[in-house]
Amino acid sequence: MIIGVLALQGDFAEHLAMLSRLGVQGREVRLPEDLDGLDGLIIPGGESTTIGKLAVDYGLIEPLRKFGNQKPVWGTCAGAIFLSKDARREQPLLGLMDITVERNAFGRQVKSFEADLEVPALKDIDKKNPPVHAVFIRAPLIEKVSGKAEALSSLPDGRIVAAQQGNLLATAFHPELTSDDRFHRYFIKMAEGK
Amino acid sequence: MGQQIATFAVKKGLAQMLKGGVIMDVVTAEHAKIAEDAGAAAVMALERVPADIRAYGGVARMSDPALIEEIMETVTIPVMAKVRIGHFVEAQILEALGVDYVDESEVLTPADDEHHINKHDFKIPFVCGCRNLGEALRRIGEGAAMIRTKGEAGTGDVVEAVRHARSVLGDIRRLQNMLDEELMAFAKELGAPYELVKETKELGRLPVVNFAAGGIATPADAALMMQLGVDGVFVGSGIFKSGNPAKRAEAIVKATTHFSNPKILAEVSRNLGEPMIGRQVTDIPKEDLIAQRGW
Repeated sequence: MIIGVLALQGDFAEHLAMLSRLGVQGREVRLPEDLDGLDGLIIPGGESTTIGKLAVDYGLIEPLRKFGNQKPVWGTCAGAIFLSKDARREQPLLGLMDITVERNAFGRQVKSFEADLEVPALKDIDKKNPPVHAVFIRAPLIEKVSGKAEALSSLPDGRIVAAQQGNLLATAFHPELTSDDRFHRYFIKMAEGK
Repeated sequence: MGQQIATFAVKKGLAQMLKGGVIMDVVTAEHAKIAEDAGAAAVMALERVPADIRAYGGVARMSDPALIEEIMETVTIPVMAKVRIGHFVEAQILEALGVDYVDESEVLTPADDEHHINKHDFKIPFVCGCRNLGEALRRIGEGAAMIRTKGEAGTGDVVEAVRHARSVLGDIRRLQNMLDEELMAFAKELGAPYELVKETKELGRLPVVNFAAGGIATPADAALMMQLGVDGVFVGSGIFKSGNPAKRAEAIVKATTHFSNPKILAEVSRNLGEPMIGRQVTDIPKEDLIAQRGW
């Protein structure tokens, strides 16, 4: 199995390090041909405007849409924005997931935070399923899930921060910045078709 | 439970989100928009780019908060701003404005010639310049959540950025081959905190994100720094002192992403118009070198 990580900009190395720790082969994806033969793709955190612009300029938008219609894709933070149908402003989006996101929903960097989250879906990975310690960096919120998208986790006040729609996964926070590998294992299982 | 803000993980985390990206110096809201449209991962808001600070002379200070706020309102990407070395009140002001990152920068005239800011005291994260591993680890010890090479700002000559990156990365490679009992002596030689020397050895890299800065003026310069092993680049005067800033900015962004693909580098380097004229570092009198500021 090979999992690709979109390496246009952002913390792709952190995702690749996590995959490598889990014994899964990773591959940096910068051009359309890098998608060939992948079993899944992670779109990392970074600046969604930068990632979107480079994806447009190097002809990645359509190949990524096609990939996401067939194989699992997981977006963290900027990646979740890129997967969404609506970010409430003009910028390139893949529009694969029926979610509306609000960028920088918590404010500027001084408001970036860490918090514990309940994620019931992870009980398949670890029966005890302790809370996920999540890192939010100038993070977006998933304002609305519609169609086939479902909320996976919310803050205590009910605001959605993770969602899934079949093969597609979106998290507003960064499991790749922590040592908790459960989200990566969850995604690898999706890529294995389990 | 509950939420924790301003932890070292979130300070360092924002720099991790900037990796593989270009941070551009901008002096107006219009520049900031050009930078964002070109794909900048963040902008550095300031009144004069380093080349003009050199030409203008006099004391260089923190920029007018009104200018910084205007730039913050114009773009959605993170906005950084500079304070003088040791000037913790300028940093308090930038924190009150809510800028995303503070650069405690040698490009401005130092306010303290012995001490840097105690950056642990702040909620906002700091980036600091370095010429070598000891300087990088001293800044991290004071709380810097991101490091950049100093290079020689405002020259368009990349030689100092290369020297500083090679020094930092070369010392990390040496460190990895050292025995544990050699670390204290090496920490003493570097003038760096022992615990950070140990952590750097274990990680095989700096404990925080490490960008290149100071003299980067072309797509090839940016790719050179990336291939040497830095995490991303700052471009100061190189963009808005050139003939076609929008095109050059976009080319440098692409070169930073595709740094190991010479075909793409050739393509983006074409027809960029006049680069900044620049000034050879060897022509600058020693006492005028900016990089020597910092202790």
